[in-house]
Amino acid sequence: MTPDVSPSGLVLPSYERPDGVHPALDFTGYRSTALRHPKQPLVLLPQRLTEVTGPLLGNDLILPTDTDLTMQHAGEPQGQRIILSGRVLDSGGRPVPDTLVEIWQTNAAGRYRHAREHHPAPLDPNFTGVGRAMTDAGGNYRFITIQPGAYPWGNHHNAWRPAHIHFSLFGRAFTQRLVTQMYFPGDPLQPIDPIFNSVTDPKARERMVAQFDIDLTQPEWALGYRWDIVLRGPRATVFESEVDDE
Amino acid sequence: MSEGMTPSQTVGPFFAMRLPWPEGPFVVPEDTPGAITIIGRMYDGAGNVIPDGLVETWQADPAGRFAHPDDPRGPSAAGFAAFRGFGRCPTAVDGSFRIVTLKPGPLPAPDGGTEAPHLDVSVFCRGLLDRVVTRLYFPDEQAANAADPVLASIDEPRRQTLIAVAEPADPAEPNSSLAGPDTVLRFDIRLQGDGETVFFDV
Repeated sequence: MTPDVSPSGLVLPSYERPDGVHPALDFTGYRSTALRHPKQPLVLLPQRLTEVTGPLLGNDLILPTDTDLTMQHAGEPQGQRIILSGRVLDSGGRPVPDTLVEIWQTNAAGRYRHAREHHPAPLDPNFTGVGRAMTDAGGNYRFITIQPGAYPWGNHHNAWRPAHIHFSLFGRAFTQRLVTQMYFPGDPLQPIDPIFNSVTDPKARERMVAQFDIDLTQPEWALGYRWDIVLRGPRATVFESEVDDE
Repeated sequence: MSEGMTPSQTVGPFFAMRLPWPEGPFVVPEDTPGAITIIGRMYDGAGNVIPDGLVETWQADPAGRFAHPDDPRGPSAAGFAAFRGFGRCPTAVDGSFRIVTLKPGPLPAPDGGTEAPHLDVSVFCRGLLDRVVTRLYFPDEQAANAADPVLASIDEPRRQTLIAVAEPADPAEPNSSLAGPDTVLRFDIRLQGDGETVFFDV
């Protein structure tokens, strides 16, 4: 059995399309989408060389303290210490190894360390709230950080974001690029948060929520949360001879 | 299998805490022979600049190859050691961004055709719940652009939103000896409204 060879001799993977998983770009509950979503329909782009390849950013970007956000300053930050670990997988269940994971978050009081942040909660001199990690051969990543806080935002009256950690992922191909947010279980702000609920499928929403894990929890030290991230994966290769058999 | 995927969420207003890095806008070092500069601004549907956006670019090298296992032709024999293929630049308060890179070569397509030189561009900002993707094509590639299957599928005048415009000089470095014809290109990104950029479902 030989693979189907295209006229150019190129045989490229084809990535699953995330039908119905991602939020609509014009979600009215989130006010800032109003002027920032395209109104013209998206044009279908065939997946060719530029789309099935992607930046393979490496360990040269990672400092030893990048995976432990509690060790980036002279002293320890305020708040509940947590261990956050999981796997980056593709939609075929395969681990995504050696891929960069970037995170950013508020401190325990719900305050980002950013010039445009106006929430009058205290900054923590011992917490920046940024991290980077590379997945290992099994697609595993691991951070040590602080439980982030909820914070108000101007979207509507008495609007509060549920606690979350921002995640940026590359996978191995341009098609797999994903920026998302990880939430915590049992947060009462989730049912009334427009950004969380911009994902309209309840099962898909739940996939943004980490699980408390007593086995990951370290006695006398830190709570453990587990969160797996699933990127688009290549479809199984279909050989022309198999199609002919049907 | 899409039911298992993790949904996208907005990058929010505070990504600049983590995502930018000093070398991010430099796909190659600025003094690389043949380097080009891509400048542009990001606009919303009211024509206001977007000061909290992020632009990422991904592209082939000047020989039209990728140093990536899924490019079956393998990396360029010529080698472009300092070339990373990837650029990342946050927008400034005036909505501007700037990427320094090398012009990519044309690419073979699986159907036997040829893709004109292009960059894939991801756009992120507060208010975008998922990235939007566009492509940058080059103004000095009229014949290749005319034969490009993606460009050919888009009617005028929208097709023009994908083709960068040659600029006389880089506003950031107006006296640079590297700035000459075809070395500075403008690629504005309009998320909505008049002149809305063509975005792709990738």
